[in-house]
Amino acid sequence: MPLGLYIARRLAALVPTLLVVSVLIFSLQQLLPGDPALALAGEEHDARVVAAIRAKYHLDKPVAVQYAIWLGNVVHGDFGQSLRNRIPVSELLASKLPVTLELAGCSMLIALLLGIPAGVLSATRKGTPIDAAANLLALSGLSVPHFWLGIMLILLFAVRLGWLPASGYVPPWEDPLKNLATILLPSFVLGTGVAGVLMRHTRSAMLQTLDADYVRTARAKSVPERLVVLKHALRNALIPIITLGAIEFGRLLSGAVLTEQIFAIPGFGKLLVDGVFNRDYAVVQAVVLVSAALYLALNLLADILYFFANPRLRG
Amino acid sequence: MSWTRRLTALITLLLLAASPAAAQSVLRIGLNDDPDALDPTISRAYVGRLVFAALCDKLFDVTPELRIVPQLATSYEWAADQRSIVLKLRPGVKFHDGEPFNAEAVRFNIERHQTTPGSFRKPEIGEIKSVDVINDLMVRLNLSEPLVPLLAALTDRAGMMVSPKAAKELGDRFGTRPVCAGPFKFVERVAQGKIVVARFADYWDKSRIHADRVEFIPITDSTARLASLRSGDLQMIERVSPTDLAQIRADSRLKVVGVPELGYQTIPFNVKNGPKGTVLGSDVRVRQAIDLAIDRETIVKTVFNNEYIPGNQWVSPSSPFYNAKFPVQKRDIARARQLLREAGQPNLAFTLIVPPERDRQEAALVIQAMLAEAGITMTIQSQENVTMLQAGRRGDFEAYFTFWSGRPDPDGNVYSFSTCGGAQNDSHYCNPQLDALLTKARHVADPAERKKLYAQATEILVRDVPRLVLWHRRVFTGYSVRVQGFTPYPDGIIRFQGLKLS
Repeated sequence: MPLGLYIARRLAALVPTLLVVSVLIFSLQQLLPGDPALALAGEEHDARVVAAIRAKYHLDKPVAVQYAIWLGNVVHGDFGQSLRNRIPVSELLASKLPVTLELAGCSMLIALLLGIPAGVLSATRKGTPIDAAANLLALSGLSVPHFWLGIMLILLFAVRLGWLPASGYVPPWEDPLKNLATILLPSFVLGTGVAGVLMRHTRSAMLQTLDADYVRTARAKSVPERLVVLKHALRNALIPIITLGAIEFGRLLSGAVLTEQIFAIPGFGKLLVDGVFNRDYAVVQAVVLVSAALYLALNLLADILYFFANPRLRG
Repeated sequence: MSWTRRLTALITLLLLAASPAAAQSVLRIGLNDDPDALDPTISRAYVGRLVFAALCDKLFDVTPELRIVPQLATSYEWAADQRSIVLKLRPGVKFHDGEPFNAEAVRFNIERHQTTPGSFRKPEIGEIKSVDVINDLMVRLNLSEPLVPLLAALTDRAGMMVSPKAAKELGDRFGTRPVCAGPFKFVERVAQGKIVVARFADYWDKSRIHADRVEFIPITDSTARLASLRSGDLQMIERVSPTDLAQIRADSRLKVVGVPELGYQTIPFNVKNGPKGTVLGSDVRVRQAIDLAIDRETIVKTVFNNEYIPGNQWVSPSSPFYNAKFPVQKRDIARARQLLREAGQPNLAFTLIVPPERDRQEAALVIQAMLAEAGITMTIQSQENVTMLQAGRRGDFEAYFTFWSGRPDPDGNVYSFSTCGGAQNDSHYCNPQLDALLTKARHVADPAERKKLYAQATEILVRDVPRLVLWHRRVFTGYSVRVQGFTPYPDGIIRFQGLKLS
């Protein structure tokens, strides 16, 4: 199949998927107990105030009508207004997206730098103490809760040593160095989790390819071991890692709720959680929809990369 | 270069970058949540009031002892029938956009509070019928009924004055760029990230403002908030959790002060709100028995390290309106059992709805154990806060665990909760005698006479127990020793007048 057709078909499949996501998120939210008008009214649950809020945000209309109004606006690029902040949701998204992208990107970078070399190392030194140590580290990366690791790092680097700020976020265009300082710890926390996953998969994929016939052939031709590992084995082992990396990256993009809370990073995760607690429907819908779209786009990208990496697909 | 060297170099670089660049005095305050819209008319969340204290001056303010003192208004005078009040305004006050503050601006703001769709101020000052501009610096507020507590409403968001010009220009987006007459003007806001304000050069009371900039940083996690205070990233944090107090007290670079809150933690009973009111509403002795079976001092000691204050009335024992004739009573299980027998309910069982929040969940468990000793079975049902409040309104509850943040005027702590048909009277408790007392207290300006009326009202409420009041929190503010001139207020709001950063 030519690449163009392949991409077109995959893109066409995105539209119904996103529609299903939007219906799902809309109906799931209706199942949330608690009246958003009441949530907005807060302590003052005066009936007049609640009624006025309900009318203002179409909350008095049937759910299907609410959905239709919302979908119509979204198609025109209007995600509505945040019930809580009275700011257009598109503005909120636009201000959070770069933060989330940066955090996800840096975390992924750390994950790749730690996970893949550790995986290769432990596969080539299978059964040695190095393998055991790498496995132990990967396991801890996977199982140590992010909030715990985050707090420990803050206590060490911010409170005790005073090297890095404890929380907050500075955009790179304001101060690139401060930006790096604020993003380092949260990226590390998120990155180690993903690194664990990558390490485990790289290790098993490497073990498989190192066992393959062509690797034995290469060794028989007395190709240096370094080249055997890095050129012959790793290249092939990386194919499943591409998919995995894309999935993990997508997950990071949908917002790292706890990590963002602890480091006070204003990204998608914090926006989503605040939205849910305040019954800020417009915000929740938009964040989920945009995250889903990003996730699907990344998967598509992974498939395209796959297409290049694996000649058999092109056949 | 080895990796350790590279790491050291990187960290040194970051360290240099993180050090403060200029000698500007910047005060960074950690908030517990991200505020909602920064528009006094439609703002709802408590946390927003901390930001408004920097941005928007009010007609009046309160002292730490809750006396009403001038701010943008310099004095007031009630008409003899308490149906109107004349305010004199401070001359020479400017809004952040340079517009003058005057009588017309007051009229505009009151009308804006009353007519903006979704205004949260409307119920607070709904009794203002009209505003007469007497001259440039004098207005008369005409009321539909005598209402002395109105003045207290003007010490909070209902009394905040925004620039009429900016409000007209920005319309319903005013909250994204608020323009008021407070000590600091708005610079920028990153939702969930920070709110930055800078000193206003033309502030009427500028000699008492010392910080150049204030940054409000919302950090929801209390451990992370405390870590930021300890690392010096933040200079102040609000509403410190009692579990964090020991760490602050142990740190010589930090201080913490606490004052009793204006509000109370409370369990309203369903007295007459639909079919679920039959158990606890049937007989007052049943509610008295529950009241007697609870040991408030033990709750405060075990759950809150004795940092909070046991309470039984709608104001804390330190308030001048507390009725000392009815102190927090001792636990009396024998008497509780006897009351239950007399009421014909020796095996009383009911359900308490509790939101998933640590303080109330733990206290509920202690209460459950205490009631069990009096033969009362209390089932705890966890329900998310908004859902619980909705159940409260609909009468779908027997008892629920909530709190009231409190108001400086006693009326705000009792009237709408306890009068027949009161907006927040989910219990549907109704007693015409109490209504008469509470309504009369709204019409009387003399504090001594009001005190008498409220003392009588308290007597009825303590006897009828439509709701349990259990404890009053202390509002703790934690701050660096670099912060000087900080005065704590029972409303927990940080005033910037006199506050210095050394």
